[in-house]
Amino acid sequence: MSITVSLTLNGEAVSAEVEPRMLLVQLIRDKLSKTGTHVGCDTSQCGACVVHVDGRSIKSCTMLAVQAEGADVTTIEGVARDGELHPMQAAFREHHGLQCGYCTPGMIMSALDLVKHNPDPDDGEIREWLEGNLCRCTGYQNIVRAIRAGAESMRSGK
Amino acid sequence: MTATGMGAAVRRKEDHRFITGAGQFVDDINRPNQLYACFVRSPVAHARIAGIDASAALEVAGVVAVLTGADLAADGMGGLPCGWGIHSKDGSPMVEPAHPPLVTDAVKHVGDQVAVVLAETRAIARDAAEMVEVDYEDLPVVAGIEAATAEGASEVWDEAPGNICFDWEIGDRDATEAAFAKAAQVAKIDIVNNRLVANAMEPRAAIGEYDAGRDEHTLYTTSQNPHVIRLLMGAFVMGIPEHKLRVIAPDVGGGFGSKIFHYAEEVVVTWAAKRVGRPVKWTADRSESFISDAHGRDHITHAELAMDDDGRFLGLRVSTRANLGAYLSTFGPSVPTYLYATLLAGTYKTPAIYAEVKGVFTNTVPVDAYRGAGRPEASYLLERLVDRAARVAGLDPIEIRRRNFIKPEDFPYQTPVALEYDTGDYDASMDKALELADYDNFEKRKAESAARGKLRGVGISTYIEACGIAPSNVAGALGARAGLYEAGTVRVNPTGSVTVLTGSHSHGQGHETTFAQLVSEALGVDFDAVDIVHGDTGKVPFGMGTYGSRSAAVGGVALVNALEKIRTKAKKIAAHLLEASADDIEFKDGKLTVSGTDRSVAFGDVALAAYVPHNYPLDELEPGLEETAFYDPKNFTFPAGCHICEVEVDPETGVVDVVSFTAADDFGRVINPMIVEGQVHGGVVQGIGQALYENCIYDESGQLMSGSLMDYCLPKADSVPDFAVTTNVTPCTHNVLGVKGCGEAGAIGAPPAVINAVVNALVDLGVDDLPMPATPQTVWKAMQAAAN
Repeated sequence: MSITVSLTLNGEAVSAEVEPRMLLVQLIRDKLSKTGTHVGCDTSQCGACVVHVDGRSIKSCTMLAVQAEGADVTTIEGVARDGELHPMQAAFREHHGLQCGYCTPGMIMSALDLVKHNPDPDDGEIREWLEGNLCRCTGYQNIVRAIRAGAESMRSGK
Repeated sequence: MTATGMGAAVRRKEDHRFITGAGQFVDDINRPNQLYACFVRSPVAHARIAGIDASAALEVAGVVAVLTGADLAADGMGGLPCGWGIHSKDGSPMVEPAHPPLVTDAVKHVGDQVAVVLAETRAIARDAAEMVEVDYEDLPVVAGIEAATAEGASEVWDEAPGNICFDWEIGDRDATEAAFAKAAQVAKIDIVNNRLVANAMEPRAAIGEYDAGRDEHTLYTTSQNPHVIRLLMGAFVMGIPEHKLRVIAPDVGGGFGSKIFHYAEEVVVTWAAKRVGRPVKWTADRSESFISDAHGRDHITHAELAMDDDGRFLGLRVSTRANLGAYLSTFGPSVPTYLYATLLAGTYKTPAIYAEVKGVFTNTVPVDAYRGAGRPEASYLLERLVDRAARVAGLDPIEIRRRNFIKPEDFPYQTPVALEYDTGDYDASMDKALELADYDNFEKRKAESAARGKLRGVGISTYIEACGIAPSNVAGALGARAGLYEAGTVRVNPTGSVTVLTGSHSHGQGHETTFAQLVSEALGVDFDAVDIVHGDTGKVPFGMGTYGSRSAAVGGVALVNALEKIRTKAKKIAAHLLEASADDIEFKDGKLTVSGTDRSVAFGDVALAAYVPHNYPLDELEPGLEETAFYDPKNFTFPAGCHICEVEVDPETGVVDVVSFTAADDFGRVINPMIVEGQVHGGVVQGIGQALYENCIYDESGQLMSGSLMDYCLPKADSVPDFAVTTNVTPCTHNVLGVKGCGEAGAIGAPPAVINAVVNALVDLGVDDLPMPATPQTVWKAMQAAAN
């Protein structure tokens, strides 16, 4: 049995035929070919699959594709605008907040939601917010630095 | 120093694709008409396979095939090879059991692969895999070192009595015994090095594809060394000549050793793709990774250190049992032998050392290299033992180290365990770390912690490692079955941009940046005009890949040697263009100038002349500007350093909080300090993970109890502090770059520093030992036991 699901992905109306059990992350990666969103675990621990659904960060491995019917979904591919990096993306590069790059899309999507709630987070607040995002390469220090800098850029409207 | 040359903190070239979601990892790749593979894996640790019934699975709509080990054998596929042979004390070779990609007779660990289902979708393959009925007849299980080496233990392999793969030794037993006979004092320790899972954030994946028209195979795989996989799989398992097999390791999401090895799934997707005539894709779930990726560490050791009256080391004897798992993984036997016991001298002048290591088979996942590979085990043992020796001798942990360090004037220093250290300055690194950590004021901070009801401790480790593996002839004499050089090609394109083809593989290390810095420095070309290509045997001439912190020290040097050939040829071309002698040409900042004149030609014009050779010395020089160098190192490199950790322990709960961590490392010359610092951060957190959080636990029946990220505790952002990191440079003496390697240092230096700190915090309560990981429960129990 398949169901048609229609949603907005990075500002574009899309629809796809899905099995009821298909996860949102599988829809995004396998059906809609946006492979920037990653899968790093099967127990909702790692956060590599974080996307925004109707403006909130969620783990797309923890939501069924059909639950996204009518939703506005943003993935890492939708963060840069008109070829310009978002300040948070630029901050990750500037502060060496990534190594292998696998957890990075989830980190950036998570960071953007943090700044929405808390425009000026301190290190402790950032580390606490990242409770659901695992990185095995960086030791987190430069991710924290990047998010602090990205938030600052966003506040100053750079 | 130029803005993009050696020593500059250049921002990374590769980042743009990763921060925009445009990276290309194996699971991001889809081939037309592909099938999805799901493996049927053993749910039990040891059993005879009495039968496999795939009939129900085959009836599921969308299932194309269910293949077993019998099919694999019928097609003439062999077993997975081991890349390093070890000989026992008595000269006999290690026991090397068959390692079939799909098991036919008996499964040997939970997760052992029994069959593979190929289907139109991932979900169908998975559904059907659960419908394959395997008739398992249980056999007795040994799920750990103690069980496997107990009197009367059941055996994993008939050909390995007592579950011993090898009983190996190194060093001078008699000299060591003599040292103990004259010792004034002896420190002893029993150490368990906990079993770990690398857990790179990208799970392993593989896609096999076969082009029948050309009779060519392509394998996309999450590998740190695609040429090695091509060699092992083509020559030893599948009988595919190398020119008919292309292995591509595109963006790879972390490795930490676990993606060095040649795995069964690579064989199965490659073989199945030809058999069914369609591409076959497999991607591991994280839970599957836990029971199919090679694990790391897992040692039990007893060690003793003999000292004279002044606490000077006289002799060290070490007896280790190392878990190899059920099968020999690609480099499994080398890790607890030549990558471990050869480092037992550490940074100290211990004149006599003897170590014996038993490699033990168990009904668990194979064990192989994980970040540091043998060296963290040696460092943890030694640095814990030295701290204990300090307590035995009544010396300060700093003083006992200073007293026994190999001093700058002692280099080159031949250890009693095979290695010759070229250079180092251990006092200088320790001094830097002590200053940065404000060690002198520790007691003040301890009092402040005590006022808040916390127990504060400080721990130190002064580790050494051997990196940049290795001179091929030395490694070969020690049992390596492959060469360990590296290759690099520099292709100067006609318009002056540069393409580098390197055999090193980047899976987070940032080679696209650091190697481009080397090119920019040598040729004076714009950093942005340099592209680094790696990870594809169809593009890169040859390579041995990245592990053991070898990329800069071996791959980087191969690249620099190729660049030197380019410079030499460019000078000859410029000499012709400028009507001068090549000896008079100076090559600097991208310009070739006749010495002492203002006559010069830009490097870009030299490149163009090489490809449009109208005015060119064709009688003496070939057209084109492309050079390759293979580099085989003269020795290992020896990064070393000092790590200092401060912890606060909550006496009520046993929770350990790492409040500060300082690292002063000697990596030789540094190409990009930003990247080096990042490597230290990541390594230290993996080391803290081993010390405080991570543990791979099997129950008696061989079930992995910590088999998911819900059960296996990886360090999180709020588990660790910011680190204070610095370097102390003594350039490597035997490579032109003077580099030593930095990738593993954190994972080597951190665990003993952390545990020494926790023991130090609790020593006044009478706690003298703690196992890793020092979880709150472990610490609390140790405190209770000491109190009672």
